[in-house]
Amino acid sequence: MKKRVVSVLLVGMLVASIFTFAGCSSTGSSNDVIKLGFIGPTTGDAAIYGSSAEAGAMLAAEEINAAGGIDGKDVEIIAYDTKADQTEAVNAYNRLRDQDGVIAVIGGTLSGETLAMKDIMVSDNMPVLSPTATAVEVTQDAPNIFRACFLDDYQGAAAANFSADTLGAKTAALLVGAGNPYSEGVSKAFETAFVAKGGSIVGTESYGTTDKDFSAQLTKIKEMNPAVVFVPDYVQTVGPILQKAKEMGITAKFVGADGWDGVQVEYADAAQGNYFTNHYAADSPSQTVQDFITAYTTKYDKVPNSFAALGYDAVYTMVSAIKTAGSTEAESIITALAATEHAGVTGNLKFNENGDPKDKEVTIIKIDGGELKYEATVVN
Amino acid sequence: MNLFLQQVINGLNVGSIYALIAIGYTMVYGIIKLINFAHGEIMMFGAYFAFIAATSFQMPVWAVLLLSMTIMAIIGVAIEFVAYRPLRNAPRLSALITAIGVSLFLQNLALIIFKPEPKVMPKIFPEMIIKIGSIEISSTTLITIGLSLVFMVLLDLYIRKTKQGRAMRAVSEDKDAAILMGVNVNRTISLTFALGSALGALGGVLYSVAYIQVYPTMGVMPGLKAFIAAVLGGIGIVPGAMLGGFIIGMVETLTKAYLSTTWADAIVFGILIIVLLFKPTGILGKNTREKV
Repeated sequence: MKKRVVSVLLVGMLVASIFTFAGCSSTGSSNDVIKLGFIGPTTGDAAIYGSSAEAGAMLAAEEINAAGGIDGKDVEIIAYDTKADQTEAVNAYNRLRDQDGVIAVIGGTLSGETLAMKDIMVSDNMPVLSPTATAVEVTQDAPNIFRACFLDDYQGAAAANFSADTLGAKTAALLVGAGNPYSEGVSKAFETAFVAKGGSIVGTESYGTTDKDFSAQLTKIKEMNPAVVFVPDYVQTVGPILQKAKEMGITAKFVGADGWDGVQVEYADAAQGNYFTNHYAADSPSQTVQDFITAYTTKYDKVPNSFAALGYDAVYTMVSAIKTAGSTEAESIITALAATEHAGVTGNLKFNENGDPKDKEVTIIKIDGGELKYEATVVN
Repeated sequence: MNLFLQQVINGLNVGSIYALIAIGYTMVYGIIKLINFAHGEIMMFGAYFAFIAATSFQMPVWAVLLLSMTIMAIIGVAIEFVAYRPLRNAPRLSALITAIGVSLFLQNLALIIFKPEPKVMPKIFPEMIIKIGSIEISSTTLITIGLSLVFMVLLDLYIRKTKQGRAMRAVSEDKDAAILMGVNVNRTISLTFALGSALGALGGVLYSVAYIQVYPTMGVMPGLKAFIAAVLGGIGIVPGAMLGGFIIGMVETLTKAYLSTTWADAIVFGILIIVLLFKPTGILGKNTREKV
């Protein structure tokens, strides 16, 4: 009996040692590929965001490799799912660093998961470019962390400038999701910029996160009779609001932010003729955009959303920085990234001292006949 | 003044839906002293059946309502048969916990069958804006209020004028005495569940048409508020549930309009606490002395 236990233990140790060495060998010899990590939710409630960004990133890597990679070396993207869970995100990052030995990370996709990984990323001095994390804190006090998307307050200001300059609005009302940092942040920036343009905010109404009945607020807004109603929230909330407003015969233009992306699918009628700020327009005349859309539709058989476009741009920007750095060493990649300028699908990407996009174009989209139409480009 | 009237109509709109749902709570409580927490989910499933009838089968409005109400009446009876009837003589707490279980079961069932993303309810009522004097009312609002009132009056007549209605009142007053008088208690209880569930389904359809979305957790908040409405009016008393529903809808809308949107829910739930503290029998409830 005792002998048996010993032999089982020995066999177990032997098997374990095989795996240990196997693990070692895979991290050691990776001189012919350059490994980048991707972190984002590809399952769960937020799956749409992570999987879109990942699809965009994968497409970019494929194109880069077809065009010769980085100095003849192929780019390999290793993607891990976070399930929108912060612990999963930290685990994914640790695995990318220790097991896969990536030299830079594209991610996280959501603000929450990115903030969870931030401290370790900073102490590792890992070059990080988040395609889509919008929270202000993501890049603060983190010289190695950059992002490709504009911030919430930036697009709020762009929406205000568009409303005042292009729509000629003198009055605006705000309809804000109380307790929703995204909605509150964007509307605050809208208010500041709109007032700075000489417009006046005639009223601010709010609703709770679980509210479905917006008739009381919209009745008041109708009475205020503003030229523009600014409603920055996600499709599932914006849809019913627009529907109710239409039912009540409110004639003001409704303007929103990038959370509206997708509103044309199920709320086409209600959203007809309204505007929102976005990262890119699928029908933009730009050749870069059209090439991207053709390639994406061929590969995945669906039209890319903003997350896909940002994931795509993030990989190109990171690769361009690695090329400039001419080395896979973290410090030189970070220095190169800070000075990189990349003309991508979502506009011209260059970074300010925080690592946030500087003077990035905001695209204004109009919902027309169930489709998203390019309306204008605004630079604050 | 106009603005106020407009808000009152908004309040009546949501209030009439709460009233419909509250009736289901109150009828069931009246007859078997059970707070049927699964009632909000009955409402949700009613909305889903209406959604399927209206989108997949393109049925006309009356058929959508009839189908949804009939199916939910059957499901309501089935729930009573499977989950509550075996516990008829068990302590009331057991039945209450079972009701919570049924509620969670139905919610998760809907999550599996229909997925969490909200579905957009098609506009099954003709859409237009009707002007009365200087106030504007959408046809959906008028139809919602109208339909609820019609069904509430019908229910009231049914309970007061028919033999089955009398049987319901008898069972509600004293179950054992009703049995002695030859009332079929099981059948009467089934009938109560059928009627309550059908009205809950109607509430669900009207709610989803008014707020255009159907999703697995849609029954939770309206269900809770309708429950408060039932307690406010006097739980077990049908006209009380109607009155309570309208009051809750009105308080909620006027709070949003004149005080603060973030306080609306707090005030509505505050009403529950105040009613329970000062008049637990509700507005229309009489204080009956406990028999020793």
